[in-house]
Amino acid sequence: MLTLTLILFPIIAGLLTLASKGENAKTIASAAAFIELALGAYTYFSFVPDASTQFGLSYDWIHAAGVKFSIGIDGISLILVCLTTLMVPFIIVSTFNSNYTNANNLYALILFMQAALVGVFTAKDGFLFYFFFEAALIPVYFIAAIWGGENKIKVTLKFFIFTMFGSLFMLLALVYLYMKTPGEIHTSDITALYEVGQNLNPSQQGYIFWAFFIAFAIKMPLFPFHTWQPDTYVEAPAPATMLLSGIMLKMGTYGLIRILLPIVPAGVQAWGLTAIILSVIGIVYGSIIAIQQKDMKRLIAYSSFAHVGLMSAGIFSRTLDGLQGSLIQMLAHGINVIGLFFIVEIIQQRTKSRELARLGGITQTTPNLTVYFIIIMLGSVALPLTNGFVGEFLLLKGVYEYNVWIGAVAGITIILGAVYMLRLVQKSMFGITSRITEGFQDLTFSEKAVLFPIAFLVIALGIAPNAFLHITEPAVSQLLTIITK
Amino acid sequence: MSLVTLIPLFPLIGFLINGIGFRHVPKSLVGIIGSAAALASFACALSLFIGFSGQPEVTHLFDWITVGKLNISMSFQIDQLSLLMLLIITGVGSLIHIYSVGYMHHDEGFGKFFAFLNLFLFFMLLLVLGSNFVVMFIGWEGVGLCSYLLIGFWNKNSNYGNAARKAFIMNRIGDLGFLLGIFLIINHFGSVEFADVFGKIAEGDYESGDKTLLYITLLLFVGAMGKSAQIPLYTWLPDAMAGPTPVSALIHAATMVTAGIYMIIRANIMYSLSPETLEIVGWVGAATAVLAASIGLFQNDIKKVLAYSTVSQLGYMFMGLGVMAYSSSFFHVMTHAFFKALLFLGAGSVIHAMSDEQDIRFMGGLRKKLPVTFITFLIATIAISGIPPFAGFFSKDEILAHVYEHNKLMWVVALAGSVMTSFYMFRLLFLTFFGEFRGTHEQEHHLHESPITMTLPLMLLAVLSAIGGFFNLPHIFNGHASLAEFMSPLFAHTHSTAHEADASTEIMLMVISVAAALIAAAFAYFLYIIKKSVPAADGQESGLKKVIYNKYYVDELYDKIFVTPITVLSNFFHSVIEFLVIDLIVEGIGKGVKILSGEARLLQNGTTGYYIFAMVISIAVILAWSLRAFLF
Repeated sequence: MLTLTLILFPIIAGLLTLASKGENAKTIASAAAFIELALGAYTYFSFVPDASTQFGLSYDWIHAAGVKFSIGIDGISLILVCLTTLMVPFIIVSTFNSNYTNANNLYALILFMQAALVGVFTAKDGFLFYFFFEAALIPVYFIAAIWGGENKIKVTLKFFIFTMFGSLFMLLALVYLYMKTPGEIHTSDITALYEVGQNLNPSQQGYIFWAFFIAFAIKMPLFPFHTWQPDTYVEAPAPATMLLSGIMLKMGTYGLIRILLPIVPAGVQAWGLTAIILSVIGIVYGSIIAIQQKDMKRLIAYSSFAHVGLMSAGIFSRTLDGLQGSLIQMLAHGINVIGLFFIVEIIQQRTKSRELARLGGITQTTPNLTVYFIIIMLGSVALPLTNGFVGEFLLLKGVYEYNVWIGAVAGITIILGAVYMLRLVQKSMFGITSRITEGFQDLTFSEKAVLFPIAFLVIALGIAPNAFLHITEPAVSQLLTIITK
Repeated sequence: MSLVTLIPLFPLIGFLINGIGFRHVPKSLVGIIGSAAALASFACALSLFIGFSGQPEVTHLFDWITVGKLNISMSFQIDQLSLLMLLIITGVGSLIHIYSVGYMHHDEGFGKFFAFLNLFLFFMLLLVLGSNFVVMFIGWEGVGLCSYLLIGFWNKNSNYGNAARKAFIMNRIGDLGFLLGIFLIINHFGSVEFADVFGKIAEGDYESGDKTLLYITLLLFVGAMGKSAQIPLYTWLPDAMAGPTPVSALIHAATMVTAGIYMIIRANIMYSLSPETLEIVGWVGAATAVLAASIGLFQNDIKKVLAYSTVSQLGYMFMGLGVMAYSSSFFHVMTHAFFKALLFLGAGSVIHAMSDEQDIRFMGGLRKKLPVTFITFLIATIAISGIPPFAGFFSKDEILAHVYEHNKLMWVVALAGSVMTSFYMFRLLFLTFFGEFRGTHEQEHHLHESPITMTLPLMLLAVLSAIGGFFNLPHIFNGHASLAEFMSPLFAHTHSTAHEADASTEIMLMVISVAAALIAAAFAYFLYIIKKSVPAADGQESGLKKVIYNKYYVDELYDKIFVTPITVLSNFFHSVIEFLVIDLIVEGIGKGVKILSGEARLLQNGTTGYYIFAMVISIAVILAWSLRAFLF
């Protein structure tokens, strides 16, 4: 019931928001998001840290086809449900200083998006997973297409077609597996699909591997499926960028863990190295591109692309460290990247520019913004005692365990990450003020209300990562025993 | 709460108060809070030192990162090494905090400065207190952060910002080595705790030259090269002088940069079993010592001279480590902390008096106006030059004696370095404090001795620089080598092959090095006092001198082989690979689909006759296919 509430509540709240106007919509949407956050917290605290799926329920959805609406939460789901419920309220509050026309529609779409995301992270049925996976695309598509920048239509369409294209491969693979399930009426129950997939011969598993891999690789995105991403992040309005980078890309990494690894272990065995190499190329390639970016948003987009590469490499290392690292990093990256994009939004609102060459010297009038920017930047460059360190440490260790040399190359991220992030901070905040940054106003109350919790989480999660590592470990260990069987 | 936890806690609290309360805490209170935090830690460290039982004590705080069988705990270890480091860090640290009250008084970022200084102490204390490699790594990266923040303290100046970034990034290169070393340790030993890892090695299953230990020690040494500014990762330290002078004294001379030496002494059991690594450590140290000293010969910025001197002295310490003279190296860490902090603080006092002038060509004759600064600076100069009976003589000579026993060539290099050290230090002293004043009238008018908050630390450090050598007075002077004695349990399981020189050799070596230092000092005296020569203006050097003055063009070289290629690559990836290769293929697929669908669309043209025609053809094909067995 709890899981269902987590999915349904945002939908109802979203409908209410849609029906209301102006300030009311704001109030309803943010209140709903904070209630959802409380529900998420309640779920976290009621969760018993073992490998089981909890708060589950299952209804017949398409009875004749054996498709069920079955949902539930295990440790792996929980950390992503926490990410979603934790960040959406701040994404909503972050819009308070902007004037979006028909803001109630925006809030409703964000809430619908949240429902779909929770759905993806809790679905226990293959087709239900696919349904939510696709459903999540719709709200964010509209947000980007309605409130985006100049090239919004061209860029958003590219993004939409790109990810739809990937999803079709996933659908194909799901249908194939579904048709192989035993019985008069087939089933798309996820554990049944695991079994079918694992019994396929290695070459069949190879095909299924690629079908899923392309779908998830586009979503994250991985090299070389990423070219939709920088443009989309740049053109989309801040809330859409935050949703996309902070939460939605984790659908891809989550898919790797929930679907790809357990369904086709032999396929992963055969193609894992290829996937890791693509991931690591992405890390280095994305980091190097980020170094010279002139637009703050584009710089962060490439940094996010590089970070996701490391998560993916950790997942394909199929080590406990790699998987645990990727899960904690999904949470950490979501927090950090939302913080960074929000700071860019603040700077853009005040100066009407995101171009590093035109900024500088902002820190002279903004002690608060500077502190938050630096803390989040430190999380992003994985300084110890921040959230980013735990993830990167475990991820790099996992990849290193898989192969020493690949681990060493992936490790370059800690150097290059510092290069582009320090440049980002220096060029925007330090130096002398420019014409447009003179008299830059420090944070308002609502901006602090977003950045303070984010900065707090950066440090808290860096000091007490075990609060989440303990939750995910049993489920991850179980998964590893399945796939290394 | 145990005493050991309080040690890093005080500076953390100081940081939080001054950091969160920046611009709210009254200025008079800021300095008191910051300095009190440092002093309180010093008091705790001192009482731990006095009550120390001789056995290592580990205090477990909490489990930090637990994955599978690996548990990385937040825990502290008190033993001989961490205690000595604690005393140096909090002791010298306290003096520098007090000094900063005077030095930074007019700066609008006064509160911020003390917050960062306290944060630095916190991380530095974690670094030496950690009972495992990962807690050490927290401190290691944390001090790097503070170094970054403090080098770029005056962030309006983008050159300073660049220097800060350079320091952070170069340190990160080293940190990657450290991190990979940690991974190898975990894979091999299943733990990161010093007690577990070193305990396993002490059980004696490892031969000298063991491959795993070789790789671990090499990787850790890469970390040490970054943090302790050794070739090839040394170029950030001279640039780091962009930070306020107390920062140069505390971070870039007395404490942080010695972290690499601390690390190797901590892991001495591993290093002693890796003679190849030690050989590399020794030669990297020797090369750095002489290279940096040679650059120091012609620098005209008072802080730059001291910076190269620091790089060079750190080289001596690594040389000592390379020949397994661990306690001698540590002895030099300690004496160097005294006299180099003193030199920097003295330089700060000069800069303060000179209205921010740092070029020694525009100084001169300051000894009359700045008597305390002059006397203390003189003591430090004698100490660093290795002239008895001041501190540097004893510690440097111990290293030199061990190096001599190990490798005569290395000793010659070291001796050459110490000749240069003596020359550039006396050159600095003479140009700054003797002769005629060469600055502007305005500067001359403003000349004044610094306030008591600044001169008191100078005097205390001068006393330590003068008598510091007696903490480890060698046996030939009827001393007890107390420091080496105290530290000996750290090396209980290390099978040292370091030879002790016999007494006559030792005395001979001392005589040679002291004579060399005195001759160099006399030469400086001849040049700058008797001949009254002043270094030429920029751009007038030629030949080898020009090359050295321009630091052998190493920065330019790094620019050419690292920075430029990466910049070019970045632009190439972005404008060519992204848009002309990948995106073109993607768009190509899109266009292909569009064209194909355009063709396919023609099939659905709405003409019934066409559909029937298509149907008939299809049926015929299907029939033919089904009947193929009969037909062929």
